Amino acid sequence: MTFLTGWGRTAPTPARLARPRSAEEVAELVRRAPGRGVAARGLGRSYGDAAQNAGGLVVDCTALTSWSLEESTGLVTAAAGLSLHDLMAALVPRGWFVPVTPGTRHVTVGGAVAADVHGKNHHVDSSFGAHLTSLTLVTAGGASRVLTPADDLFWATVGGMGLTGVITEAVFRCIPIETSRVRVDVERTGDLDHTLETMTATDDRYRYTVAWIDLLARGGRMGRSVLTRGDHASREDLPRGARGGDPLAFAPGSPLKAPPWAPNGLLNPVTVRAFNEAWYLKSRPGSLVQGLGPFFHPLDFVGGWNRVYGSRGFVQYQFLVPFGREATLRRIVSRLSAENVVSFLTVLKRFGPGTPGMLSFPAPGWTLALDIPAGRRGLAGLLRTFDDWVAEAGGRIYLAKDSRMAAATMAEMYPRLAEWRKIRDEADPDGVFRTDLARRLSL
Amino acid sequence: MKNALGAVDTVLLLGGRSEIGLAIVERLVRDGARRVVLASRDAGGGEPPVIGEAEVHLLDFDASRPETHGEVIDAAVKLVGDLDVVIPAFGVLGSQAVYDADPVAAAEAVAVNYGGHVSIGLHAARRLREQGHGTVVVLSSVAGVRVRRANFVYGSAKAGLDGFAQGLGDALHGSGARVMVVRPGFVIGRMTEGMTPAPLSSTPGQVADAVIAGLRSDAEIVWVPGSLKVMFAVMRVLPRAIWRKMPR
Repeated sequence: MTFLTGWGRTAPTPARLARPRSAEEVAELVRRAPGRGVAARGLGRSYGDAAQNAGGLVVDCTALTSWSLEESTGLVTAAAGLSLHDLMAALVPRGWFVPVTPGTRHVTVGGAVAADVHGKNHHVDSSFGAHLTSLTLVTAGGASRVLTPADDLFWATVGGMGLTGVITEAVFRCIPIETSRVRVDVERTGDLDHTLETMTATDDRYRYTVAWIDLLARGGRMGRSVLTRGDHASREDLPRGARGGDPLAFAPGSPLKAPPWAPNGLLNPVTVRAFNEAWYLKSRPGSLVQGLGPFFHPLDFVGGWNRVYGSRGFVQYQFLVPFGREATLRRIVSRLSAENVVSFLTVLKRFGPGTPGMLSFPAPGWTLALDIPAGRRGLAGLLRTFDDWVAEAGGRIYLAKDSRMAAATMAEMYPRLAEWRKIRDEADPDGVFRTDLARRLSL
Repeated sequence: MKNALGAVDTVLLLGGRSEIGLAIVERLVRDGARRVVLASRDAGGGEPPVIGEAEVHLLDFDASRPETHGEVIDAAVKLVGDLDVVIPAFGVLGSQAVYDADPVAAAEAVAVNYGGHVSIGLHAARRLREQGHGTVVVLSSVAGVRVRRANFVYGSAKAGLDGFAQGLGDALHGSGARVMVVRPGFVIGRMTEGMTPAPLSSTPGQVADAVIAGLRSDAEIVWVPGSLKVMFAVMRVLPRAIWRKMPR
């Protein structure tokens, strides 16, 4: 038995861990599923209990790493355990980039599908599922099924958190790039309304946009933000000095290691306020050319950064409210600010259209993501209040981040849950695929 | 499943009418528990009490019939699924004077207060080990930390239970399942009606609050009130000649 947690390092549970070397071995493990069921796991970047299965079997897919690229079209076929990091290292020098990348490269292709991940380009390119042409899924009983967007089971699997089967392969379209750099514009806004207005008015000029919000700023500066927005740089965009080398060189470098242990109170209002102030001031408005790594995955620079939250771990709260319900977003931001909630790197993003994934998170609207130490007093009640506001606004919580939501709230936020259940039950009538998240939310 | 902030979904209370037990259940429900099983003698057919918005089930359970305990755990699992918190809260206090005069009554009380807990504890532990998570909350007592002349039949059963619970916790180590031992002092409530409260006494609500805090922090031993821990560090080493003169 191995104790597993998500990235937030909360609520560990033990499971038998198997690391199959091939899709056939995955099928064999599923055929011999134990009574407590089977869960698929990639690199463990879901924050909560999505890739845990207390007392059961967890299939670690990270040995499934084969891939191929159709050079003429950019169509990639990748095994589920391949990380986006390794995929980028292979694709970028060939002039291709993944269609969607979340805030870390250290997720697997299977995880990207199961969570239907989004990135800074959601407002123009939607989420990962939108770029898939097919999936291979090992379903209950061990049969391997190839699914296309014409299948209901395909859209139950995209965003389905691994509960329809074990994804073993995905085929998706990549995008052509001329260089491994991004042309970035940095802007600062003075408060939340200014942030929302600026993003609404000008987001569409860029492929990639995101706002970092200083949650500890109060009063007239509440919601002040740093907007970073960019596009893949063309060769002409590169500074003269950088034009000599290979424009597609991709070497994000090995990360610094976070210290293996940190005290529980390291991130407190004083340290985070100082950090936020420094971050805001250092982000001078203007244009620059950045590498893909620093632009897309600034936190990947520090390996194991999740440990700075101390032994009790942390919770990531990411919610969405539809356009027109900005009042709820304001209400939550002002409450967080009033409560002095310590969150560094709070991120706001404007979403475009979602995918047909029944449990997919993104939909047109605003999403805010923040990290909070799990040991904070009164946190459970505060987040339950936010859940109610978000549900009332027709919004939802991102399942890949969730580790504490109530089952009834989840059902309210995901109106297509019944439809998803019906398809899942047909594909897996005996409930072979189970995770702690599924038990907690009665999925 | 226990969530990242320590809230649970399901609770099984054995001794479904216990004041302390119900106080714990109410708090767990307030914090998010959705399904509750109250197991007690002659529970069948009754109306389940309303506890917040939780779905409440009643189950027949007789602590003095260990041969039925396996079925009780199975039935609870059938009703609510994985058991996140199991609270065996049954027991009888009785008076030492009565036990002195009626050894059969004493043996029967011990069979419930100790034997019943051993049997249901082992059955619950087997299930929790299998599911890889969950906590058994064992309601021990300071009466069992060092047994007193004034209530040594009750105290010796609690001493046995306390030792059993610690051993069970150690046996479960590494399985994901846990045991939390709760050691209240004198608890003012139905069980002690008519008795004069001892120093450092508590109410069922205070015991329940301490249990909730203990569950949240994965505590192994909880004293209620906390100051009893210090007091008993001294009590434990008092010379026997003094200890036996303890008035109660």
